[in-house]
Amino acid sequence: MDLNIQSLGHYYSDLEILRNINLDVPAGQIVAVIGPSGCGKSTLLRMIGGLEQPTSGAVLQVGETPNDSLNPLTYIFQDFALLPWRSVAGNISLVLEDHKLGSAEVDEIIENVLSRTKLGDFRDAFPHQLSGGMKQRVAIARALAVRPAVLLMDEPLSALDSQTHDLLMDDLIDLWMREKFTSVYVTHNLSEAVHLGHKVVVMSRRPGMITEVVDIDLALDTRKDHPELLIEYQQHLWNIMRDEVRAAELELVDG
Amino acid sequence: MDKTPGTSRPVRFRGGGFAPRPLGLVGALVFITIIILWELGSRTGVISALVLPAPSEAYVAFEELVRSGLLWKHLSASLQRLIIGWSSGALLGVLVGVAIALFSFARAGLVPLVSAIFPVPKIALLPLFIIWFGIGEGAKVATILFGTFFPTVIATYSGIDNLDRSLVRMGQSFGLSWFSIVRKIILPGALPAILSGFRISAAVAIILLVAAEMIGAEFGVGAYILMAGSLMATDQLIAGVAMLSCMGLTVAWLISRAEKYLLRWRR
Ligand SMILES: Nc1ncnc2c1ncn2[C@@H]1O[C@H](COP(=O)(O)OP(=O)(O)OP(=O)(O)O)[C@@H](O)[C@H]1O
Ligand SMILES: [Mg+2]
Repeated sequence: MDLNIQSLGHYYSDLEILRNINLDVPAGQIVAVIGPSGCGKSTLLRMIGGLEQPTSGAVLQVGETPNDSLNPLTYIFQDFALLPWRSVAGNISLVLEDHKLGSAEVDEIIENVLSRTKLGDFRDAFPHQLSGGMKQRVAIARALAVRPAVLLMDEPLSALDSQTHDLLMDDLIDLWMREKFTSVYVTHNLSEAVHLGHKVVVMSRRPGMITEVVDIDLALDTRKDHPELLIEYQQHLWNIMRDEVRAAELELVDG
Repeated sequence: MDKTPGTSRPVRFRGGGFAPRPLGLVGALVFITIIILWELGSRTGVISALVLPAPSEAYVAFEELVRSGLLWKHLSASLQRLIIGWSSGALLGVLVGVAIALFSFARAGLVPLVSAIFPVPKIALLPLFIIWFGIGEGAKVATILFGTFFPTVIATYSGIDNLDRSLVRMGQSFGLSWFSIVRKIILPGALPAILSGFRISAAVAIILLVAAEMIGAEFGVGAYILMAGSLMATDQLIAGVAMLSCMGLTVAWLISRAEKYLLRWRR
């Protein structure tokens, strides 16, 4: 299943947030979205996932959604959004309980996603007993449990310390190598964008428009071996963004 | 860095506190101390028997009540009213509180009504309740029901209002049904607030129970206290008051147990 975003625009009351966004998200690719703070990245992602309606334009699903997917468009949130009163396994079963699966099947899915995210030993732990990195792993496990067609990630690694961040980024790369999932990946971090994005969408400051789409033609698992290329991409992205970020900063200062 | 002795000293500790530890014995000790001082005061004549009977006299009155078999009659009458009135008031309160929190129409219509009726002492309405529900159990239960309903409504809807909306968005993003979101995200999230509402409404229920029983009941702790008061039997009066305090303590203990179990996910 591909996603096709067509001349999408959005206003919050009189404030124009997004303008004429046209974007393709092809199946099996990670599309990274970067842009200055407040340019509407999270808003765009909420619209892609159907949590909010755009003022104009549309988000289209192209092609069949996979039959076995329980929740084709699935989020991974920056703040994890785990229920504190449910254990790790309980948080995952939460999203399966509405689907009339047998309890054996639910158990099997939970086992499966916990082992894929290396959380097997933490099945019965409560969120407050886990570190930030583990909480995000649980959130990833929960997302995988519903067999998503597209993963919508809003700065999934921003709340983590830099070592955990790097480990989890490697895990995401491994995961993609195994499962070739489709994803829209919003981030502030240019290094994440060039490590994970098949293409990187650069947005302007508010009203958010697409300034440029940079394709990165390098297999995800070989990127680590070409740090100089990645630095080059990163530098290029920063050159596009720098003036926008500076202007966005000033805008905030001016009120 | 200067390391000469005399200038080096440990950093002053200024953390800690703000985390009450459970010290069960302290509470019991406070009670025991007060009772012992009171008893001593009565025996030595510092506290005149006319002003306040000694705890031992109240205990004798209590034993008398046990021996006559009336204790169980008074207590069961009171407990029955309390349980029926409080549980139906609390249940309705939670339902209405959830409705107010989730539906704009219910909020717009009911919040002013709640604000208007909450401050009215329910005991003032007892004559009306007697006309509506009869002089028997109905009026007393209704008084307790109304008294516990309003604090529960307010605790419930403000608990839900304070809930982190991002969890609800998460539920929606996974396609959970409306009913699942309410049952598995909203209600457990508001449970801490609802339980502290129960603490308040249970105390209100005991106050109203006694008031209602004082106005017209053959049996009940309130009736016992009223009778003792009209006979100037202060020893019986103190025994009755002590029974109320015990009820209060029991309820508080039960709610603490419930909190400990239901909110064990909190750090
Ligand atoms: N519900 C809302 N009502 C009104 N304005 C909103 C709402 N949500 C977001 N905004 C505004 O829309 C703009 C874009 O917000 P959004 O959160 O999408 O930005 P972002 O690009 O994700 O920023 P960041 O990188 O800081 O996360 C901001 O100016 C924000 O103040
Ligand atoms: Mg954002």
